[in-house]
Amino acid sequence: MTLNRREFAIRVAAVGGGLALALEIPGFAGGDGAAATGFQPNAWLRILPDGAIVFVLDRVEMGQGTMTSLPMILAEELGVSPEDLVIELAPAARAYVNPNLAMQMTGGSTSVAAAWDPLRTAGATARAMLIQAAARSWGVAATECSTNQKIVYHAGTGKTATYGSLAAAAATLEVPDKVKLRDPKAYTVIGKARKRLDAEAKATGRAGFGIDVQIPGMRIAVVKRSPVFGGRLKSFESKAALAMPGVEAVVEIPSGVAVVAKRYWQAKAAAAELKCEWHASPHQDLSSAAILADFAAAARSRAKTLAEAGDAAKAFDKAAKTVSAQYTVPYLAHAAMEPGNCTAHVTDDGCEVWAPTQGPGLAQQLAAEITGFSRDKVRIHTTLIGGGFGRRLYQDFVVEAVELARRVKYPVKIQWSREDDIQHDFYRPASVHELKGAVDGDGNVTAWVQAVGAQSIIAQCLGDWIRAIEPAWVPQSIKQMSGLAATGILKALGQDPSATEGAEDMDYGIPARSVEFVSREQPIPVGFWRSVGHSYTGFVVESFVDELAHAAGADPVAFRRNLLKSKAKPLAVLDLCVEKAGWGQPLPAGVFRGVAVHTAFGSCAAQVVEASVGKDGGIKVHRVVCAIDCGRVINPDGVEAQIAGGIVFALSAALYGNITVKDGGIEQSNFHDYAVLRMPDMPKIEVHTVPSEAAPTGVGEPGVPPLAAALANAVFAATGKRLRSLPLKIT
Amino acid sequence: MPTLKINGESKSVDAPGDTPLLWVIREEVGLTGTKFGCGMGLCGACTIHLDGTAVRSCVTPLASCTEKTAVTTIEGLSATGAKALQDAWIAHNVPQCGYCQSGQLMSAASLLATNKAPTDADIDAAMAGNICRCGTYARIRAAIHAAAAAMGKP
Repeated sequence: MTLNRREFAIRVAAVGGGLALALEIPGFAGGDGAAATGFQPNAWLRILPDGAIVFVLDRVEMGQGTMTSLPMILAEELGVSPEDLVIELAPAARAYVNPNLAMQMTGGSTSVAAAWDPLRTAGATARAMLIQAAARSWGVAATECSTNQKIVYHAGTGKTATYGSLAAAAATLEVPDKVKLRDPKAYTVIGKARKRLDAEAKATGRAGFGIDVQIPGMRIAVVKRSPVFGGRLKSFESKAALAMPGVEAVVEIPSGVAVVAKRYWQAKAAAAELKCEWHASPHQDLSSAAILADFAAAARSRAKTLAEAGDAAKAFDKAAKTVSAQYTVPYLAHAAMEPGNCTAHVTDDGCEVWAPTQGPGLAQQLAAEITGFSRDKVRIHTTLIGGGFGRRLYQDFVVEAVELARRVKYPVKIQWSREDDIQHDFYRPASVHELKGAVDGDGNVTAWVQAVGAQSIIAQCLGDWIRAIEPAWVPQSIKQMSGLAATGILKALGQDPSATEGAEDMDYGIPARSVEFVSREQPIPVGFWRSVGHSYTGFVVESFVDELAHAAGADPVAFRRNLLKSKAKPLAVLDLCVEKAGWGQPLPAGVFRGVAVHTAFGSCAAQVVEASVGKDGGIKVHRVVCAIDCGRVINPDGVEAQIAGGIVFALSAALYGNITVKDGGIEQSNFHDYAVLRMPDMPKIEVHTVPSEAAPTGVGEPGVPPLAAALANAVFAATGKRLRSLPLKIT
Repeated sequence: MPTLKINGESKSVDAPGDTPLLWVIREEVGLTGTKFGCGMGLCGACTIHLDGTAVRSCVTPLASCTEKTAVTTIEGLSATGAKALQDAWIAHNVPQCGYCQSGQLMSAASLLATNKAPTDADIDAAMAGNICRCGTYARIRAAIHAAAAAMGKP
């Protein structure tokens, strides 16, 4: 396979005698001077004369394994072992924009998929140029040369040269227009299970996260924020706090009041002595019941209109059976193990930030706006992240740290407590779904109406994202206007594709299908949570399909197979899953099965759950079998880890996850009232991948959507009770 | 000024006696392998050993140690003979984000020190206090079994 220069503009820069390759992403070429200046290298690969091969990792490592899978891709084409690469975490720079997300960001299960072509090209191009340099110096044809690990050799004469020794010469060559990529049949790295490159550091306490950042002269700050959404600071009394040991300052910032001390424990103790008064918030009586009632009314009204219209109405008239149902899912916290934190230092010359962020590009834009510096004077150091799940796409912790740092001038780390983390999240939105479905006498679904009442994620973040995507040379005033305009337009249209993904575009062939989002405004901050809209459409769609199957008197697997008869990919995934699960074979007494299949982020995953329900109503999950088609598998061990991890994340939410609002604030605060899955709850998990040579698709999130429904369907099989809300509770 | 014997070395630490050991270790001694997760002893990320027994350092005050108490953190684990455990962690590719893993290892080491051949139920009970949001529990269990087997070999 060859890739053409028209698809990528490749520029070579000699860096200290070494060979550096830079890839300019189409659409931004030449627009933004950031890549060319000062602090921001723009290469993924540097080969130095001493033989060191530096790989710049531009997708953050938050457990999902980018630090292993991306080096594997490049190493395969370069002809080295991934362990030979020295890995650097990329700074914020144009060259590292994620082509699938339009900015430098890690998320949406895009890292491997987006890197598949560019990193293979970068590795293959470098290898070709090293061969060419050697061939020239030996006076032989490049076609007679090959590589073995970090050496170029010419079989005919026995000549060899290390990559390091060829680096300077290779840097003088013109970058080839086309490069031949390795035949997948010859892969020695890709497709084979690999030891994680960060495993040793993480097993010995040497891995450094955002919370571990230490800068000389750094102080620690704890922030007191309004306990009620929409609360504004009225006044604060800092005398008692300032008198506490180690305290250096009490500073008002936009999000609250920061107490700054030499040590975290000193700052925390002093914050307890800080007296803050807040203006009454318009939301101070808000409760979950009121929010859900608002969503339910909106969904009910819209569903009624949809069901009485056109083809849907006709299908309901003629149906053998119709089913109506209301489904409800709660707000969910991310609850990553590393609580939010960020370290920042603002001087007269620029701004430096150390953060466990999924969005270095966004962090850079926001820090630039706050400080007034141009983007090239804002350095973002991305650290390892102690769990992302979408939480670190939001830069509120960066904004707080920069706002404080510019007021105090010394380096300062803002450290969030677990309480801060749970109560000031960007929650997976709660939603209420009103559904009506029709089946005919042959096991076909002839109509599906679904209205979703919820807040819009995109309306809340769009302004910031647009300003980060636009090149630096666009004046700030224009950025602000375009961000506001886009948000206004989106709000007016009431659109948010993420709210109905997985339902609006479900795999099932159903004529007269209408799925609509009814956008509702509530003051709860909402955001991307592992698998986003799929995290609840998987539950709602796969539960409601099960209801329709039972209404039709059909086996849940056979019913779905019929609806998927024209969709080869999900059908194959479902078939592999039920085969491996032994669907239809006897189970121990009291154990029942449920199934679900769902496509998300380009991949299709099916799950069969085996569960039992105790006399006290307690739900016990024994086994989860998952099959997934995620295209070509780069690291089988990594895929198993991510899918199993997604299943655990989903099971935690299905059994326990529930964020509730009372008196305008969040009721939960720590792991005693926001329970998560622990070791004793662990079922046996088996993961099977569908063999594929297609380009890789998402793995980080697709394991989540099917789980809750597969479990709820098993509970129905066990008890005859249909659970239509999460977390699952038998009452 | 109190003295802490941490990973075999005596260190003077300038902190009041009611400071949680977690913050003394992280900020006074400068060992950051022990992590902060909840501050209430609920998540296990802060697990260390005092005289070989696992404790949650976020709710254990400095004053509970004398200068003779053997304080062991993740940085000192392999010296205690628990290297087989860390090797098993690496061989099984246990960590994902890695943030909880110091605490997981310290709890596991404490288990294996008193139970050379733990059953799954023993492991569940010993490890129930350590949360992993990445969901690595199955591999943790497998690594503990593997380490127990390796340590049992003469």
